[in-house]
Amino acid sequence: MITLGDYLIVSGILFAIGFAGVMLRRNLIIILMSLELMLNAANLSLVAFSRFRVDSTGLPNYNAQVFVFFIITVAAAEVAVGLAILVALYRARQTTDVKDISSLKF
Amino acid sequence: MIFGAAVVINRNPVASALSLVMSFLGLAALFMSLNACFIGIIQVLVYAGAVMVLFLFIVMLLDVRAEKGRQINWLTSTAGLAVALILLGEILSVVGHFEIAHKAFPPLPGSTVDDVRNIGVVLFRNYNLPFQIVGVLVLVATIGVVLLSKREPR
Repeated sequence: MITLGDYLIVSGILFAIGFAGVMLRRNLIIILMSLELMLNAANLSLVAFSRFRVDSTGLPNYNAQVFVFFIITVAAAEVAVGLAILVALYRARQTTDVKDISSLKF
Repeated sequence: MIFGAAVVINRNPVASALSLVMSFLGLAALFMSLNACFIGIIQVLVYAGAVMVLFLFIVMLLDVRAEKGRQINWLTSTAGLAVALILLGEILSVVGHFEIAHKAFPPLPGSTVDDVRNIGVVLFRNYNLPFQIVGVLVLVATIGVVLLSKREPR
């Protein structure tokens, strides 16, 4: 028997993995990938709650799935803009390492 | 279920991207198992298709090497790992104390075969304005990406 908590635990583990990736890795591309992982963990918990909340017509609650749709759209746009910024940064500095980009460091 | 646990650990960016593809496919399978076929298909198309091709193309374009020969700052690494573990423990304890989290999913009397139609009805009836705002956002993002990746003429 699969409960709602199982999906929430998987979602939490994925979110923690993505967070650890953002904190630990030095490569900007991998940091963006970890951000995607965190967004997907949030999506998973939203879809799990949507399936859990069956309304009177016997269908899952579609508000959460519409929200997931919006999240996926915004995440795709965000990845495109982030990677374009990354390419521009690489042209200027020849690096994708966050250690080497420290102009704003006080 | 938890085979996405081995995603971030890879040191090579290409291997990391490919394992991210596998993780997204697994997430799409989880969405399908939650009777959300439309979201699962969108996940496969947008993430495993478009976004990962974008990532792999950027990795190829920038010719990124694996992080090797770089000394690891153990203090910051341990601190970051500790913060992530604290976050994980917090999430697990919250889910553990969550009462409805121990209930099984209720049975689904209605059919979710016409998933796309139902989502479309909700999307265009209740969320029409956010949908159009998202359209404008995607347009702005497209123009911004084109402007960012254009070399300025000298």
